Formats: sequence, C-alpha cells, structure tokens
Amino acid sequence: MADHSHDSHDHPSFNHPAPIPMLFGVFIALVGLTVATVVTSNIELAQFAFPVAMAIATLKAFLVGAFFMHMWWDKGFNILVFLSSLLFVTLFIGMTMLDTGSNLEQVESFPTTETSSLSTTEY
Amino acid sequence: MAIAETHDTHGEHHDDHHDHGEFIAHHFESPEQQFDSGKLGIWIFLVTEVLFFSGLFVLYTLYRNYHPEIFQVAHHYLDKNLGCLNTIVLLFSSLTMALAVRSAQTGKNKNCETYLLITMVCATIFLGVKAVEYSHKWDLGIWPRSMFHYHEGVHETGIFGLSNYLIKLSVIPTLLLVGFAGYAAFQYLTDKANNARFYIGMTIMVLGYFAGVVGGVVYQNAIAGDSHAHAALQTAAPLMLHAATIDKSSAGHDDHVHADGEGDSHDDHDHADVPAGSQESVPDSVGIFFSIYYCMTGLHAIHIIGGIVALAWIYRRSQLGHWREDYFGPVDYVGLYWHLVDLIWIYLFPLLYLID
Amino acid sequence: MVRLKRACGQTANKLPDETQQRQRQNTVAFKLKKVTTMATAETRNKIFGTPETNYLNCTKGWKSWAFTLDHKRIGVMYLVGVTIALFLAGAFALILRSHLVKFDSNMLSYDRYNQMFTLHGAVMVFAFIIPSIPAALGNFVLPMMLGAKDVAFPRMNLASFYLWIVGTMCLLGAILFGGGLDTGWTFYTPYSIETETGVIWATFGAFVLGFSSIFTGLNFLVTVNTMRSPGQTWFKLPLFLWSLYATSIIQVLATPVLGITLLLLIAEKTMHIGVFDPRYGGDPVLFQHFFWFYSHPAVYIMILPGMGVISELISVYSQKRIFGYSFIAFSSVAIALLGFLVWGHHMFTSGQSPLVTLIFSAITFSVAIPSAVKVFNWLATLFKGSILLNTPMLYALSFIFLFGIGGLTGLFLGALSTDIHLHDTYFVVAHFHFVMVGGTLTALLGGLFHWWPKMFGRMYNDFWGRVSCALVFIGFNVTFFPQFVMGARGMPRRYASYDPEFQIFHQISTVGAFVLGIGILLAYGVLVYAARYGKRCGSNPFRAASMEWQSSSPPDFHNFIHKPTVNDPYDFDSQVYDEELDTYLPREYADPAKTPPRKEPVHH
Repeated sequence: MADHSHDSHDHPSFNHPAPIPMLFGVFIALVGLTVATVVTSNIELAQFAFPVAMAIATLKAFLVGAFFMHMWWDKGFNILVFLSSLLFVTLFIGMTMLDTGSNLEQVESFPTTETSSLSTTEY
Repeated sequence: MAIAETHDTHGEHHDDHHDHGEFIAHHFESPEQQFDSGKLGIWIFLVTEVLFFSGLFVLYTLYRNYHPEIFQVAHHYLDKNLGCLNTIVLLFSSLTMALAVRSAQTGKNKNCETYLLITMVCATIFLGVKAVEYSHKWDLGIWPRSMFHYHEGVHETGIFGLSNYLIKLSVIPTLLLVGFAGYAAFQYLTDKANNARFYIGMTIMVLGYFAGVVGGVVYQNAIAGDSHAHAALQTAAPLMLHAATIDKSSAGHDDHVHADGEGDSHDDHDHADVPAGSQESVPDSVGIFFSIYYCMTGLHAIHIIGGIVALAWIYRRSQLGHWREDYFGPVDYVGLYWHLVDLIWIYLFPLLYLID
Repeated sequence: MVRLKRACGQTANKLPDETQQRQRQNTVAFKLKKVTTMATAETRNKIFGTPETNYLNCTKGWKSWAFTLDHKRIGVMYLVGVTIALFLAGAFALILRSHLVKFDSNMLSYDRYNQMFTLHGAVMVFAFIIPSIPAALGNFVLPMMLGAKDVAFPRMNLASFYLWIVGTMCLLGAILFGGGLDTGWTFYTPYSIETETGVIWATFGAFVLGFSSIFTGLNFLVTVNTMRSPGQTWFKLPLFLWSLYATSIIQVLATPVLGITLLLLIAEKTMHIGVFDPRYGGDPVLFQHFFWFYSHPAVYIMILPGMGVISELISVYSQKRIFGYSFIAFSSVAIALLGFLVWGHHMFTSGQSPLVTLIFSAITFSVAIPSAVKVFNWLATLFKGSILLNTPMLYALSFIFLFGIGGLTGLFLGALSTDIHLHDTYFVVAHFHFVMVGGTLTALLGGLFHWWPKMFGRMYNDFWGRVSCALVFIGFNVTFFPQFVMGARGMPRRYASYDPEFQIFHQISTVGAFVLGIGILLAYGVLVYAARYGKRCGSNPFRAASMEWQSSSPPDFHNFIHKPTVNDPYDFDSQVYDEELDTYLPREYADPAKTPPRKEPVHH
C-alpha cells in the first residue's frame, strides 16, 4: 500500500484523523470521571446523588461522543440524527412515567390481603 | 478504467490494488458518496440501538420509581470495584478503537491491526469479568424475579472451588480457544502464514476472556478474605449482611410503616412466593431489580459479542491492508458502534452499581 | 476492482460480457451526449425503446434471483411474498366471515376462532401491510426516482427480504408448531404470558420482521439523503419519496422498541422476569405502553406510503401539477412525528391515568390536520384537471373516499367520551379496515396498476382493471359499512358468537367480504395476465414526469442507460409525445420539429 502515499487523495475532504494527544487526554479525563463517580457514590449526598451520577455520566458521554465518535467534526445532519434518538427516548420515558407515576399511590397503598389472593395462582 | 476491468474475469485480482475504484461499489459515484452513505447509515443504526435499549431504561425508571427501596437494597449485591474495573477496561478499548480509526484514516494498516487486537482483548476481558460476576450471583441464588431465592450464607460451589456456572459459561470460550489455536497451528504448518496470523489474533482475543475470569476470581478470593477460606467466591459480605437485615426487618413488620416512609409495598407478594421455612432469605421481590439488571447487562453483553465479531472482520481486513486515506469507512463505522456500546455502559454503571 | 467483481459475482447478476460492455459504453456515451447534442431518432430508440435485455432477463436461473442485489428484483420478490401473505391472511378473513354468518355458528370452535382472527391480524399487519408498499413498490421505484443505480446498501436490502421470509415463517410456525396463536395481534399481557399457544414463535417472528422493516427504512433514508441525482433538490423529489422518507423515519425510530418489547415478552414468558406479569409484581399496562409506542407509529408506516402513491396518481392522471406540493410533503413528516405522540389513545379504557389520557386525546385530534391537508390538496389537484378515469385513477379516487371515512371515524374514537362506548366494538374494526384496506390496499393496487407497465413493460387490460376496482370498492363498503352500524349498537369485536339482532349485519358483511375477495383476485389476475400477455408499452405511457419513467420499460439492469434528466416531477409539459415510439419523452430528447412549444405554467 506504500505506493499510495503519493497519490492525490492523501486527505480527501471526508477524512479527519483525530490528533493522538487529544485521544489520550480524553481517555484520562474519562478515567478521572469514572473514579469521581465511584468516589461520590461513597459519600452521603442524599437527594443529589442521582443527579450528580447522571451529570458525570452525561459528561463522559459527551466526551466519548464528541471526540471518540468525531461528532465534533461530523456533519450537522448526522449529529441531528443521533441526538433526535435521545428526544424520542425522552418522549418514551416521559409519557410512560407520566402515566405510571400516577399509580404510585396505589402501588404503595396496595392492601396486603388482596395480594395474597392474587398470588395464589402460582406457576 | 472500470469498463476495462470488468472483463478481467480470471481469478487473480490481488495485483489490482492500485485501482482507485477498488472498494467502490458499482452504484456509488465517488468514494465520498460511499463514505457519506455508510456514515449516515451507521448513525441511523445507532439511533435504532439507542431506541432498542430505551425500553430497558423505561423499565429501570419505572420500577425504581415504584420501588426505590428495592433498588437501594439490591444494588449492594453488585460489586462496585468489578464494575469500575470493567468501566475502565471498556473506556480503554474505546481509546484503542479511536486510535485504530485514526490509523486506518492515515492508511497505517499495521497499527490499525494492533489497536484492533487490543480492543478485542479488552472486550473479552470485560466479558470474563462479567462471567465471574454473573456466576457468583447465580451461586447465591440471585436470579431474575421468579427464580430469585437468595439465602444468606448459602451458595453453591463446584470443582476447585470454582462456580459450576462459571465453568459452564467458559465452555464456549474454551472451545473457541482450542479451535482458534489449533487452526492457527494448522494454517502455520501448511504455510498459510497470513491466515495463521489472523487465527493467532483470534486466539489472543479469546485469551482475554480467561484473563478476565482469572482476574475476577483472584479478586473475589482476595476480598472473601481469611474468614471464608472455603468460599472462593464471596463478595463484600458485610454489605450483603447489612442489606439483608434491612430487608428482613421490613418483611417482618408488614403493617408497620418504614422509617424512610417508603412503605412495604414491595413485600406484599413475598409471603405467598417465599417458600415456607426460608425466613433467612431476602424477599423475592428484590428479584425485580435483578430482572432489570440481567436484561440490561445481558443485552449489553450481546452487543459486546456482536462488536467482537465486527471487530474481527475489520481486523482481518487490516491484515489484508485494505485501508487507505480515501477508504477507511468500515473501521470508522465499527468504531462508532463500539463507542456506542461504551456509551451505554457509561450509563449502566452508575444506574446499576452506584445507587445511593 | 475486487469489490466491483464481488458485487457482480455475488449477485450472480453479472451480465454476459458482451451485453455488459455495450451497456457500459452506452452509459458513458450518453452521459457525455446528454445536454450538448440534439438526440437523433436512433438515440431515442436506444434510450426509450423496448430493449432486448432488461433487469428481468439479463441473467437467468433461480440463483440469479435468490442472490440478486438488484433493488428491482428484490422489489418484485417482495411483491410476490407480500401477495402470498395477503392471500393467506385474506383466506383467514373469509373463514372468519363465513363463521359469523350465523349468530350461534359452530363452524369453528371458539378456540379456533380466536386463533383465526389472531393470525388474520398478525399476518396482515406484520407480513403484509407494513412491507407492502415500501418494500415492494418502494424498493422498485425509489432508486429510479432518484436516478440512482440502486439503494445505498443492496446487500442489506436482500437481507431485509430474507428476514421477511424467516419472520413470516416463524409467524406461521405458531400454527404448525406452537398450536396456534390466540392473543390477538397485540400480544397483550397477562393473557399472552398465560396462554399455552405459540406466543414465542409469533413474537419471535414479529421481532425478525421488525428487523426486516428497519433494514428497509434505514436503506431508504440513506438512499434519499446521499444518492439523489445532481441538481435534484429535496423539493424536486416526487411526493412518493417524501412519504417513503417519513415512513422510514418511523420504521427506524419505532421498530426497535417493538424489538425490545417482544424480547421482554419472551423473557417474561420463559423466565418470568416480573416486568409485565402482575403475579410477580409486574405492570401489565406497561406492556401496552411498550407495544403501542411502536404499533401506533406503525399505523402510519401502513398508511403514509399509500398517501404517497395517491399523490402521484392523482397528479399524473389529472395531468396537473400537484396542488400544494410543500404542504403535502411536510404533512407526511408531520404525520410521522405526531404519530409518536398519540400511542396512548389505544389505552383509554385500560386504566391509564386521566391526565395522560387527556393529553393523548388532544394530540390525536391534531393528527387530523396533516391528514386533511393531504386530502384537500388532492381534491384541489383534481379541480380543472384533465382527468383520466383509468384503473389506477379509479383506485386513487376510491382511496380518497375510503380514507376520508376511515380518518373521520378515527376522530370519534379519539374523543374520550365516545371511545368509552365504541371501544372494542366493530366500530373500531370498521375504522381501521377503512384506513388499512380502504387506504393502504387500495393504494397498493392503484400503485401496482400505475407502475406495472414500468415493471414488466406491458399494459394491462384497462376494462377488467376498472371492473376489479368496482368490485373492490363495492365489496369493501358492503363488508365494512355494516360494521360501523353494529359497532355503534354495541357488537363487541373478537366474539365468535353474538346476539341474534346483529345477524343481518354480519350476513351483509360476509357477502361483501367475498365480493371484495373476488375483486382483489381479479385485480391480481389482470396484472399477472398483463405481465405475460399484455400489449408492449413504451417507457412513459402515462405522461408522468418523475424520473423512473425515463428508463426503458422494463428498465435496464442499471436502471438507466443514459443519465436521466432532472426535472420537476409534476411539470407534465416537460414530456412530449413521440409517434415513432408511441410514448412520451422528455423535451430534451424529442424531435424539435414535432415538438409543440411549452405551454404557460398551469399553476403558480
């Protein structure tokens, strides 16, 4: 393949090799964030624990997406396509939760006496 | 050029590598059009993957919302350290994948080959660790909802103190290892060095699984500590004990509202489900967490296996020297898929292992 | 080079060397000649005349079909496949209708009746309607409308077809190996978990069919994005492509959710993971959310391509520019997106929370807007057009009528209060049959009659075609109109026996069903006869202006032996009649001496 190094297609417009230091930098950042998320899970954060864990995960996802997956340099349309999937996931989770969330009271106050009759038909 | 070459019907086309249209399918006009099509195609495929997983995230959100207390308790049965190790292994494989893409983009097939091999080995290490995690849970009776039967301190072990389940899980990798190694030797002896090289790579790839298994087992032996010399696979025992205590105390007082105000709804079914005389066990309703855990991690593991197959394919093609500055699409596409599998794990790890 | 060979070798589509060389040379020659020189009669004959070799006869033997990567052959194979599925599921329907002739009929046992309607629904939905227009007609026409040689991923296209076969076999395997299937096509939990019938076979089949559908959708999205002819902007795409594009968006976004739903159902059934099964603390209504997140958008997978076909037919057979092009185009996308926001309207009576029910109901009404936009634009296109009442146009007009009724009755069901009464009655059955049969099947038949001369190079008998349309239209209305009446009076769906007062409606409906069946058989008979014995026809017998009509009939293996002219697909004045070839040609190729001058633009 050596004879191709001189041809005119050395760097076609669709070819953007990512710089090596950047890739390593991203990796180190990702490991750091992983450690951070484990550490924060060990300390008492009460109701903030979940948002913090998700924020760190999202930051990691951003790093992987933007740099490892080259989204930073990709076509806008491709990014739009990918991000639109998140919109539909949100829709799916959101509407389902909006409905089932209203069952929460019933789930909690479900009388024990009735359940035992429910679960008599065992497989 | 293309016209002339279609008449070249005889077999030897290896010497045609100079042709620019080498890897352009007949219906594309230019390498760029082909690349753009493939790229958009893989992005759309990733969209379908995200939506495929979305169902499991709905399950997770829903049942965590219904039964937060189950999730609080149940996640203690997962080993944070192994999870963290696997996360870093996957992140590292993502790095080598990105480097492999870079090598393909610059036409450095040799480097690409090496990076892909490392990526595959990381993938199998991940699976090896996962196998240790799974088999340990199965030993303890930690199964999906209907099969869940956890008894404190009771666990099965097979020969050599290894889990029977672990041995069963390792059957296919062992067969693959023997097959690949044997075939590599055969190819080498019959002077097909090129083929042999590929199968040696595959052998190394499968070895990664055993590295993961050994690492996992050694780790578990270490944390099981001096007190449980016989129990080869025992995770953070104090945590489990603690968790079980919490749950048992709530199971014991049905009409008593929990201090944290969550109520005892999750215990409702247990009295019928739990077999008589198993008062020491954790309520089976905890199994719902593990149903979701197995669905999520299992589906993720299937994607890892699929990824390994795809990686093996582009690994072979880098050995054949297919990548050039204007043709590196397949590496890029597989890379995107691999990063997505990593992305999903980035969310699974805190959601499953780090609930607090 | 290697790849090029592989493309030819693997497909077994490799032309005889001589033919191939000639065609390649033609391609190059005409590419250069296209704009610069005036076409001679010889050139015209070469490009638009009836060719000796075409995609049907360029290679022979079953392998040349089984391993083909040619989108046209895959389209034809898909057409054969979905037609078989249609006849099979249609036969189930006729058995059901025969059973229902008497209120206390014992023609089928009740269990058998349950299995019969389930299979009718499952095969019709998953194996016929969803792939029908996109995978059969769309596969054939889409790349040609773009002036492309093939879809972006031909191998994936073939894989889609084989997945379709595997999926359909598994679905039918439920009867042969699973002891039938009696859950209804929706597989609702908890019954689907309890029943002993072949739920796993059927769900696995539907899962595989889902992948088949995703492959088609993905292929179409990429093809339309990256493989349009130079100069063919989005707003020069025929509206059929817009509708296929919108369909593909749904296929790609919604179908994976069906995949995971069915996998979870299989896991629930085999391992009792307790997510849908109330006996293990699962939520059965959650299954309905999962299922309808796919299956409601899937309803638009079924109807949108039909709407696209109708946009083409109405415009071509009125010889008038489509009215409100961009409104029709964007209404397709709007329907696709709104389709994701209304799945809860299938669950109004299943214990869904009042707030969510209210939201879903409100959004459901909004779907009527883009649908009505389309209907009004079609009607406006007809206004003052030179209407040709041939077979495809009659099917198109039937579509507008039937879809109008089907769509409007949907509003009754979307309204909360009336839905409480109408839910699970024959009113619902009639409503969705008006949309799916009156809509999609009618559009499929219309589209087949429209593109048949292109696909097989022969013209059908228009008289018998029109008779088939009349039978389909009459039979359809006789079948399903009484179902609205009995549904509104309280006849529940899926019942094997019923109150005697409904017997007369059922009897009328059954008579209609057989007339409809005969009509469909006649339509296919006319088409098959035409493919074999019909009169040969030129490249563009109907004076359509979209690009697929610039290929010969039937098309060449590479679709076009010249570079087709990119023009406005609704500018019919761009096509002029050529006496020698007895067909219409683009102006650029016509003999200038015999070409009438361009008219003023009819509209705008």
